[in-house]
Amino acid sequence: MAELTYRQAVARGIAQEMDRDPTVYFIGEDVAAAGGVFKTTEGLQDRFGPERVRDTPISEEAITGAVMGAAMNGLRPIAEIMFSDFFATCWDIVANQIAKARYMTDGQITLPLVIRAANGGGARFGAQHSQAMENWAMAIPGLKVVAPSNAHDVVGLLAASVRDDDPVVFLEQKSLYASRQEVPEGEIVGELGKAAVVREGADITVVALAAMVPRALEAAETLAGEGIDVEVVDLRSLVPLDVTTVLNSVVKTSRMVTVEENPRLCGWGAEVTSIVTEEAFYDLDAPTLRITTPHIPLPSADTLEDLAMPSAETIASELRRVGNG
Amino acid sequence: MTAGADASADTVSIPLDKKLEMYRMMLDARLFEEKAHKLFFEGLVKGTSHLALGQEAVAAGFAAAMRSDDLTFCTYRGHTHTLLRGADMGALMAELLGRGNGICGGKGGSMHLTDVSVGAMGSYAIVGAHLPIAAGAAWAAQARGTGQVSVVFFGDGATNIGAFHEALNLAAVWSLPVVFVCENNLYMEYTPIGAVTAVPNPAADRAGAYGLEGIILDGNDVEAVYSTATAALEHARAGGGPQLIEAKTYRHGGHSRADPGTYRPDEEVQEWLDRDPIPAFRARLEAAGVAAETLDTIEAESDAAVEAATEVARSGPFPDPANLETQVWADGGSSWRN
Ligand SMILES: Cc1ncc(C[n+]2csc(CCOP(=O)(O)OP(=O)(O)O)c2C)c(N)n1
Ligand SMILES: [Mg+2]
Repeated sequence: MAELTYRQAVARGIAQEMDRDPTVYFIGEDVAAAGGVFKTTEGLQDRFGPERVRDTPISEEAITGAVMGAAMNGLRPIAEIMFSDFFATCWDIVANQIAKARYMTDGQITLPLVIRAANGGGARFGAQHSQAMENWAMAIPGLKVVAPSNAHDVVGLLAASVRDDDPVVFLEQKSLYASRQEVPEGEIVGELGKAAVVREGADITVVALAAMVPRALEAAETLAGEGIDVEVVDLRSLVPLDVTTVLNSVVKTSRMVTVEENPRLCGWGAEVTSIVTEEAFYDLDAPTLRITTPHIPLPSADTLEDLAMPSAETIASELRRVGNG
Repeated sequence: MTAGADASADTVSIPLDKKLEMYRMMLDARLFEEKAHKLFFEGLVKGTSHLALGQEAVAAGFAAAMRSDDLTFCTYRGHTHTLLRGADMGALMAELLGRGNGICGGKGGSMHLTDVSVGAMGSYAIVGAHLPIAAGAAWAAQARGTGQVSVVFFGDGATNIGAFHEALNLAAVWSLPVVFVCENNLYMEYTPIGAVTAVPNPAADRAGAYGLEGIILDGNDVEAVYSTATAALEHARAGGGPQLIEAKTYRHGGHSRADPGTYRPDEEVQEWLDRDPIPAFRARLEAAGVAAETLDTIEAESDAAVEAATEVARSGPFPDPANLETQVWADGGSSWRN
């Protein structure tokens, strides 16, 4: 078993799939010769050559359009959008073209492609390089949306995304890139649409995603010392959504709090909450609670950004309000 | 004409059966769309439709020159391109009528005709979006060594959107086997392209920026189109990289639906009606010794094919409601949760 950073796990996951399947290609800005601006893809071009790992111009529509066309014609391509904020420049290709092609053609077109991006805040980059846009992607029928919280899941879920026959938006939380985890050697393949109970507890279910998972776990540790036993569910993918794992947990704990990094309105927590109130209302002993970033663009200053994003401390104090009584 | 080469017809080298095939293609397209227009006014074609009446020579010349595994990407003005790659006429008409036996089961409609089985890879309704997609299909062809060429048709208006420029640059720098074909019909929806574009030839004059030659073509001369298409396809297939062709043409009618196109000067409309590609080609064929009866027979056969297709569409079932929520995902369904 080796310790792997979340960052290194990206290259390992891509390499695992490129090794296995010669139709897997990888393109993006500065990803090949330079190994990526976050150094997530170092060594891939040396290993797989300049045809399969290729630098592109700064052309997000061309990058996303190219993987769509290539997926229509026999490749299983991976594209990188450097910062997920830049999806706004190619949202037509992603939301109007990639997401709808299969439905509009009644199944004639299959698009086995992955678009990876560094998503979310915590790196003090300011409003145009920090937003968490998982809720944009989740709102579009035809896109699968995956967001791992740890290095092991990066490898496994990347592999599952590449092998999936549908388009996957794969969101790496950029403040997690330096986080480390023991990851076993050998092939790792995860499963899309399967949440993980990452901490068992009896009193409150906390549903979290990506960077909010370690923060929720930290809050849970704090509350353990206060006699509140928190269960943490890592959703891992928003589409498909593992409702069963969430409902099973809520039935057990009778309380649910969602922790989202995206801004308040129409965040994924609202959808999860709506499902829980429709399907497990009588199992609840307290109102559900959503913890989100306020409905603001993210500020740059470290003190302000920390104030905006749900922290372990704010999660803990909100959980105290929900209580266990 | 300011940019690059002026493509001219090499009529000698086109065999007669190929010429007759193109004559039939243009008639199929013309009669199909005239019928679609009638059915629109009968309320049977729902929503909208964008006809390419008058522009048939571009589609026919290219379709006749393409290899069966080459890939076509076109716009919402795409009935003709899809039909002429070989899509079933009855299934196309049924799609326009929103029937379950439509080519996309009624989920596509007039603006989204697709038949992957014949290489008609889709009609795209967001201006310019399909240029990078076509480049991507060409990238896969290059990577897999299939020898396919991707051909993408778009309007003059598309030359002012970013995707046009992104796609041309990527295709050029990666030397992709893709042929970009601008059908310059002088208008976007209602505004003349000249009123909003800094150069007179909106596609060809931009070619130099991507290291390409801007090829200008009489898009109403099917033989010129065929010859230019053949050369461009050969160039791309041989690894020579992308080609950019601007075909000058004109739509006989309005932009869409019931638009009478009154924003266009009468003399201009008349000038282009006089250059209708179908009678012009017929006159040339007759002058070359093709019997009028041969051409009349082709016309009668096209007419019969369109009538039969119309019947297939009119008598087709409405889509099965059970299909509403199918084919979002590759497993055939639309489930997003367990
Ligand atoms: C991005 C985008 N903007 C605007 C429209 C609305 N629209 C549809 S067709 C059209 C005109 C396009 O003109 P051109 O590219 O010359 O093609 P033509 O219709 O003449 O074939 C416009 C503006 C659209 N579909 N997509
Ligand atoms: Mg036009």
